[in-house]
Amino acid sequence: MADIALKSPGARRPIPEATTWQRLKVNREWLSFWFMLPAAAFLILFLAYPLGLGVWLSFTDARIGRSGVFVGLENYEWLWGDSTFWLSVFNTLLYTSVASIIKFAVGLYLALLLNERLPFKAIIRALVLIPFIVPTVLSAIAFWWLFDPQFSIISWSLRKMGLITVNINFLGDFWNARWSVIFANIWRGVPFVAITLLAGLQTVSPSLYEAATIDGATSWQRFRHITYPLLTPIIAVVMTFSVLFTFTDFQLIWVMTRGGPVNATHLMATLSYQRAILGGQLGEGAAISTAMIPFLLAAILVSWFGLQRRKWQQGGDND
Amino acid sequence: MTDVLAAKAADPRAVLTADDHSEGMSYLHNLPRRLVTVYLPLTIILLVLLFPFYWMALTSIKPDEQLLDLDTFNPFWTWNPTFKHIYKLLFETDYPVWLWNTMMVAVCATALSIVASVFAAYAIVRLRYKGAQWVGGAIFLAYLVPPSILFIPLSTVVFQYGLFDTPLALILTYPTILIPFSTWLLMGYFKTIPFELEECALIDGANRWQILMKIVVPLAIPGLISAFIFCFTLCWNEFIYALTFISSTQYKTVPVAIVTALVDGDIYRWGSLMAGAMIGSLPLVILYAFFVEHYVSAMTGAVKE
Repeated sequence: MADIALKSPGARRPIPEATTWQRLKVNREWLSFWFMLPAAAFLILFLAYPLGLGVWLSFTDARIGRSGVFVGLENYEWLWGDSTFWLSVFNTLLYTSVASIIKFAVGLYLALLLNERLPFKAIIRALVLIPFIVPTVLSAIAFWWLFDPQFSIISWSLRKMGLITVNINFLGDFWNARWSVIFANIWRGVPFVAITLLAGLQTVSPSLYEAATIDGATSWQRFRHITYPLLTPIIAVVMTFSVLFTFTDFQLIWVMTRGGPVNATHLMATLSYQRAILGGQLGEGAAISTAMIPFLLAAILVSWFGLQRRKWQQGGDND
Repeated sequence: MTDVLAAKAADPRAVLTADDHSEGMSYLHNLPRRLVTVYLPLTIILLVLLFPFYWMALTSIKPDEQLLDLDTFNPFWTWNPTFKHIYKLLFETDYPVWLWNTMMVAVCATALSIVASVFAAYAIVRLRYKGAQWVGGAIFLAYLVPPSILFIPLSTVVFQYGLFDTPLALILTYPTILIPFSTWLLMGYFKTIPFELEECALIDGANRWQILMKIVVPLAIPGLISAFIFCFTLCWNEFIYALTFISSTQYKTVPVAIVTALVDGDIYRWGSLMAGAMIGSLPLVILYAFFVEHYVSAMTGAVKE
């Protein structure tokens, strides 16, 4: 009877039960699952899993070719009493803080300069970015040659100008080596900071400056009370990235000094490479890497608060 | 705000032209003042930024005797350039092989990452499954995980999977750097594509796959180019994975090979070393010259989002 009732005019045909296959194709959650699968597979297999494995390795005495056994905090205890490790922590903090501050200052200055009305602005901006495009290792090699103890063009020019009498031993001396690698890092990082801040500056409406000028604001006041507050959110993000990548830097140091002279330029990343891959002590290297994580978390938190502030400043919603 | 920025990112040219307010306030400054406050510092910074490349290029074409004798010859110029170093590099070392390895690894890893990212970004932004926002946040966090804390465990993983010392080790690990970045970037682009287009297509009976392929992807082409260029540059720049996972010379990439295979004690190596650095950067610089705006929008887009 029910069939007849259903067939009566005006009644709808029953919707056929969806097959499993159709459900897999149409259901939003399943569809999302298929769409996320490739990216998730990569990120879980080669990022999340190694990240956890790294923390685990730091609690073992693993060596290359031998999976280790759990030794608790032994690696960390050993590092605690290891002066080379502490030297590398000091170097990393010095490298990161000095390079980041100067990168920020020069980058912001360069961004303000590029925000002026200039002829050939597009070309100048493109040229500024070149140090960031060229692979770090290749420019580090160029710096290695520029900092050569015997044939450095910098030493030669300074000598010709009468400023020094003997060649500067750029990479052979304790502090010279530190300043040299910091300089190379700044050289490479400034374009990134400048161009991203420039993008932020370009969103600041010029009428604000015009209004402030009419009210008699000096150029410092215009910068302090218009540019800087409006730029803060982008500065927060850019500097987080900059600090993060400076802190974990490996390439520049490895090419220019390999951590030398006498560990003066060893960063935590280069020390962990030396201990884990060249020395074969995977557990100890992993402990050094894991010790970097708290610093990175601090940087990420700063970024998060930067982003929060940005939403609040712009009255945006939760998008 | 996000939308406005993303819209700008979608059309990089707009950023350049929109802010050119003809004269602005620059009439307040006269030329001599501008010379000192703008042009002079800008010139100095540009000189410092570009000098290493000039020196790289000059060294690679200088004859050996001029390289090491700075006093007899003017070190900043050479009147008798030689292609000896470049010739030696290209025909007497494995440099072409390394160049090919780098190119192949970069293209494969980038292509894999972009495909995975397009799907992931579309799912996060448009399918809006449960917890999509959290996944978006997790992807941003993944972007912040640096290779230098991953390479030790990753080397054991690569070894376990039997990929050690094969190009596949690099092709499969580079996407961990690239996918978070390009997903994040593409999410921004996809957000700018109007919902209505997709709704129309759904009413017309298109399924999600057709919508993605025929509507979303074609509209996001500028974003895809940006992501591609940036990922390609990142691959070319990558060093620590390639240094750790590859040991045979024939699989090395240019940055690693230059540091490990080309550097020896010979003081006359500087010419070919610099030639190697220069030729290794050229593909990127050429690519960059054609797509500056896309590159800049990728860089700034990822930061602004």
